[in-house]
Amino acid sequence: MRAKLAILVAAVLAVAVLIGFYIGFLTGGPTPYRPQASGRSVDLTLQTVAAVGSKLSPNKNWVSYLVRENGVWHRSTVWTLPANTLVHVTVYNFDGKSGLRNPFLAQARGVVGGSFAIDGKQMSTIAPDDASHTFAIPTMGVIVPIKGVDDNAPKQCDYAPCPMSNAHETITFTFRTGKKGHYRWQCFVPCAAGFVYGFGGPMQTVGYMDGYVNVV
Amino acid sequence: MWSSRGHGQRIGALTLIGTAIVMPLVVFVLGPHMPPGKGTPVASSQVTDNTVLLVVMTPFTVFILVYLGYALTVFRAAKGEGLVDGAPVRGHFMAQLVWLVTTTAAVLFLAIFGTTELLADNGAGGGGGPDPVAKPGGSVLPVQVIGQQWEFTYRYPTYGGVETATLVLPAGRQIAFHVTSLDAIHSFWAYELGVKADANPGVDNVAYVRTKNPSTFQIRCAELCGLWHGYMSDTGRVVSQADFATWIAARKKQFAPVMKYLPKYAPSYAPDPTFRAG
Repeated sequence: MRAKLAILVAAVLAVAVLIGFYIGFLTGGPTPYRPQASGRSVDLTLQTVAAVGSKLSPNKNWVSYLVRENGVWHRSTVWTLPANTLVHVTVYNFDGKSGLRNPFLAQARGVVGGSFAIDGKQMSTIAPDDASHTFAIPTMGVIVPIKGVDDNAPKQCDYAPCPMSNAHETITFTFRTGKKGHYRWQCFVPCAAGFVYGFGGPMQTVGYMDGYVNVV
Repeated sequence: MWSSRGHGQRIGALTLIGTAIVMPLVVFVLGPHMPPGKGTPVASSQVTDNTVLLVVMTPFTVFILVYLGYALTVFRAAKGEGLVDGAPVRGHFMAQLVWLVTTTAAVLFLAIFGTTELLADNGAGGGGGPDPVAKPGGSVLPVQVIGQQWEFTYRYPTYGGVETATLVLPAGRQIAFHVTSLDAIHSFWAYELGVKADANPGVDNVAYVRTKNPSTFQIRCAELCGLWHGYMSDTGRVVSQADFATWIAARKKQFAPVMKYLPKYAPSYAPDPTFRAG
């Protein structure tokens, strides 16, 4: 009887450990990036690339966001930001145009001043077909379309991290974080090459075109 | 303690007594708290439906629990008694008759009641497809619900087809939700309104509801649709007619820049395959 009980307890413990590993695997992700706060604002510098390359990912052909930390580009899409703070975002986009399935998402929302800048020029919308990606935190009401690089632009970037000498668009905007919380962010452009409707692979995997914003 | 005869009568009597005790609790205590609340007439009707389902299942549940308790108590082996096979079951006409009659009556009642209720309240808050069997008369405010990975957006064709990221409805109006999707299958679930309708690409799935007083309601996607399905939620609002007029005017102004890019309002949309679709 005791032997059976011991086997049962051991089996339950083994299953619990396996479940723990499984949950750890599912919830584990890139190390969160925490930008340095400067007064009441922080800077967040990002890069979007058509192919992340073998140095940064086993899926070298996957489209991805990168974040710059201490001058070095990392593939991390989990960011920790202070609450009730202005976040100045700069996105260097080296990717081409994919187009939005819903043109409504071509207008910026939830950003300071209601507009963003492309290469220094302020605007509130872009042509939906020109969109390469979006930066969107839906629960915060933040969305900004990211204009793509022209197909015939010279010096296209093949693999990340892309040097600034490659063709790119520079998008800047500012939004204010609200209360503390765990928010997801995502790209709304179906930009995953080779997947059904462009919405598989990197669009369904945290660490590429999706991530979390931990507001603390 | 118990004679070998009369088990059926005793179980039946205990079931009746148990049902008599539990039924008032189900109807008067549990019933008013059944989901999804009474935010709209459709939701109230669903509360009634859920209460009726509970009422029907109560005697059966009580019977099963009484039978279990009775068997554990009466048919338990005495201490030291060996395992002995029971008497062969030869069938019992009355038990079989009672079981067949009660279960048949319950199933037939639920089939008729369920069908009737589905047609009541103009579709009971569910999606009735592009041409619902039950339609409300009078003035109806159409609101298009567009599902996409992973957010719902809303178009108001009555107001120039303006699209918004939040759902706001006027109080005391009959609403027709036209639910569709741009990519995967989603499901628009406005919990407190009692509305749930699948969002299929290329399909106009119509669900009706009449709003009541100003309130808020939870919106969720009820169809597993990918990575951020669990985050595909929002809070909708029912506001006064005057507040709605103010709100929709503000949204028309806010989203004027993007209106030129929106396709003409249509029951559903089939965007061209994207550049990178596999």
